[in-house]
Amino acid sequence: MSGTYLGMPAFPEAARDAVHDRTLRGNLRHATHTIRAKRAKAVAEVSDWAELREAGRRIKDHTLLHLDRYLEQLEESVTAAGGTVHWAADADEANRIVTRLVEETGESEVVKVKSMATQEIGLNEALLEAGIRAYETDLAELIVQLGKDRPSHILVPAIHRNRGEIRDIFRAEMGAWGRPAPADLTDTPAELAEAARLHLREKFLRAKVGISGANFMVAETGTLVVVESEGNGRMCLTLPETLISVVGIEKTVPTWRDLEVFLQTLPRSSTAERMNPYTSMWTGTTDEDGPRAFHLVLLDNGRTDTLADEVGRQALRCIRCSACLNVCPVYERAGGHAYGSVYPGPIGAILSPQLRGTASEIDASLPYASSLCGACYEVCPVAIDIPEVLVHLRERVVEGGPVVRNGNKVVLKPARGHAAERAAMRAAGWAFTRPGVLRAGQRLASRTRRLHPRTLPGPGRAWSASRDLPAVPAEPFRDWWLRTRGGKNTPGPDAAGSTGEDGLK
Amino acid sequence: MRVALFLTCVNDTLYPDTGRAVVRLLTRLGVDVDFPMAQTCCGQAHYNTGYRHRTEPLARRFSDVFGAYDAIVTPSGSCAAMVREGYPRMGERARAEGRGDALSAVLAPVVPRTYELTEFLVDVLGVTDVGAYYPHRVTYHPTCHGLRALGLGDRPRRLLDAVKGLELAELPGAEECCGFGGTFAVKNPDVSAAMGADKVRNAESTGAEVLCAADNSCLTHLGGTMTRLRTGMRPVHIAEILASTEEEPAL
Repeated sequence: MSGTYLGMPAFPEAARDAVHDRTLRGNLRHATHTIRAKRAKAVAEVSDWAELREAGRRIKDHTLLHLDRYLEQLEESVTAAGGTVHWAADADEANRIVTRLVEETGESEVVKVKSMATQEIGLNEALLEAGIRAYETDLAELIVQLGKDRPSHILVPAIHRNRGEIRDIFRAEMGAWGRPAPADLTDTPAELAEAARLHLREKFLRAKVGISGANFMVAETGTLVVVESEGNGRMCLTLPETLISVVGIEKTVPTWRDLEVFLQTLPRSSTAERMNPYTSMWTGTTDEDGPRAFHLVLLDNGRTDTLADEVGRQALRCIRCSACLNVCPVYERAGGHAYGSVYPGPIGAILSPQLRGTASEIDASLPYASSLCGACYEVCPVAIDIPEVLVHLRERVVEGGPVVRNGNKVVLKPARGHAAERAAMRAAGWAFTRPGVLRAGQRLASRTRRLHPRTLPGPGRAWSASRDLPAVPAEPFRDWWLRTRGGKNTPGPDAAGSTGEDGLK
Repeated sequence: MRVALFLTCVNDTLYPDTGRAVVRLLTRLGVDVDFPMAQTCCGQAHYNTGYRHRTEPLARRFSDVFGAYDAIVTPSGSCAAMVREGYPRMGERARAEGRGDALSAVLAPVVPRTYELTEFLVDVLGVTDVGAYYPHRVTYHPTCHGLRALGLGDRPRRLLDAVKGLELAELPGAEECCGFGGTFAVKNPDVSAAMGADKVRNAESTGAEVLCAADNSCLTHLGGTMTRLRTGMRPVHIAEILASTEEEPAL
């Protein structure tokens, strides 16, 4: 993935600043709570939501299971329609391909829209090294780019910024990138939007090369689809002479008909709209209309490795709606940057450690960036069981095991840094298979209860820093049971009881 | 019908009052409840932290201890969810690893017979009015595992609604996680504490004296936060409220 995220600290450290930043937490809370309420309303309008969700899950699962076949079909369709397909195994290869394609046009500027995939591979940085400047044209992406910042939300990349900050960024930075912002720019949304519109219009009209992503790729027709709210996507897709679309291979659907499901579930889950304001579709090239050259770069970058994992592969169903972010209590407090990836929130916590592996500190910590509350699974329009995948990836971190990396089967070793926890789990497991040991421990704890400290040492210190510990009771339950009900025959599984049928209805 | 109390290791060690309350409540409702002494832990903390292989002996043990009962009742939504959701999943994973159906077969008997307390009361015993008396203003926090993994729905609230003297106050943001999440509270202390503090402030805003839930793990986290924030509220497990009567009132 992008070099900009290398060397990120683990999630808990990265989250700390956000948790204690009152303005940021206020912004995030307001934004996520507003959109989650709207989403719930938009979803409730559809009587067959459960069926749509199930249909989406099935289409995606079926496609992923036969992805090789559908990708070949897609390549044939795109080629037949006058486009050129390029295959990129990883970020470096994708960046090399796109850089070469731009260089071949002789241009040194490109306009970009709707591509998390290019954020994932760090394309802008790679282009800059080759002397090519890439302009983001999505309003929020523009704010992020001008502010030399990183996106912190899938749908609202600048969710962490408020209007005042945006005005300051526009005033200070726009001039260096093109048409400057008016000197008297205020923070009213209409003025900010107008400044961005004028700034971007110059870029659209001048650009000879556009780079986009896509929400879907239809294998049977070679059609690519982008849904958006601002219309900048359509400008990017239709005005330049050359269009280069960089898309993850998992965005494939078999048929045009399959879009029926996702064009209902995606807008309602993401922007809480019944339909996206702009739905743009392009198929190869057309004489005298739209780009004269169309290139599709199919990006793998860890996706087939992810596909090899029976439990984890469901993450590839994701349609990037961001509903999981907007209901996640952890995302709401930690903010998007703490996830160290263009994919933040619950989906990022399962996608990044699969696409990038769990070797880095940030990737090894992401599976733990969740309380497993399950709210993300509940809202996911393609029913990705995010808690299940999180637990599965935790196992990969602490126990290691077989995975596929770069197409090869490898056996991962357990991650470092879990020694104390592993020992505690082993000890607890040992005691829990021996009730006598458990009971002796309970009794010891009860007898020494007045000596117990109010704070904990070691890894437990974090607990007692913000919460009081519960007091240990004078007598554990099982001792009470023996003392009061001891005459009753209740020793174990084989003498399970003297219970009768009486009393039950 | 042979009914076993699966108290859970946390309640057994730290919250014996909850266990005594369940016994009192079920006995009052005519259930002869047994406590198999060989019981220990369902393995939830191990499983959720990534130690699936260490969980397997605990799951097998759970099945050994409770397999002969018709119903296994536990005053913990998350432990019930571990058995009902986690155990079948462990069986599937064992199969995927080429170990066949043996683990599934061992665990299968206990999976459908394990009930969270309020679920057992409403679905199995068919009661919502358990004859309880608890003259306090109470707000109810539906825990994540009870709410989403088990789908308890309004069962706990129906039980509380029928308690004499109890005034139920609506908790704002009730469905949001309290931030405990087992080892999450230790691994991500800042985020966990922030979630807990928000939950406690929401509870405080209802003017309730008591924050009630069906899981002592969440209540440990919230109770510890309450005393630290000096709210004057106290955490109480729903079993203790339902066990309380005019003759023998709970505190």
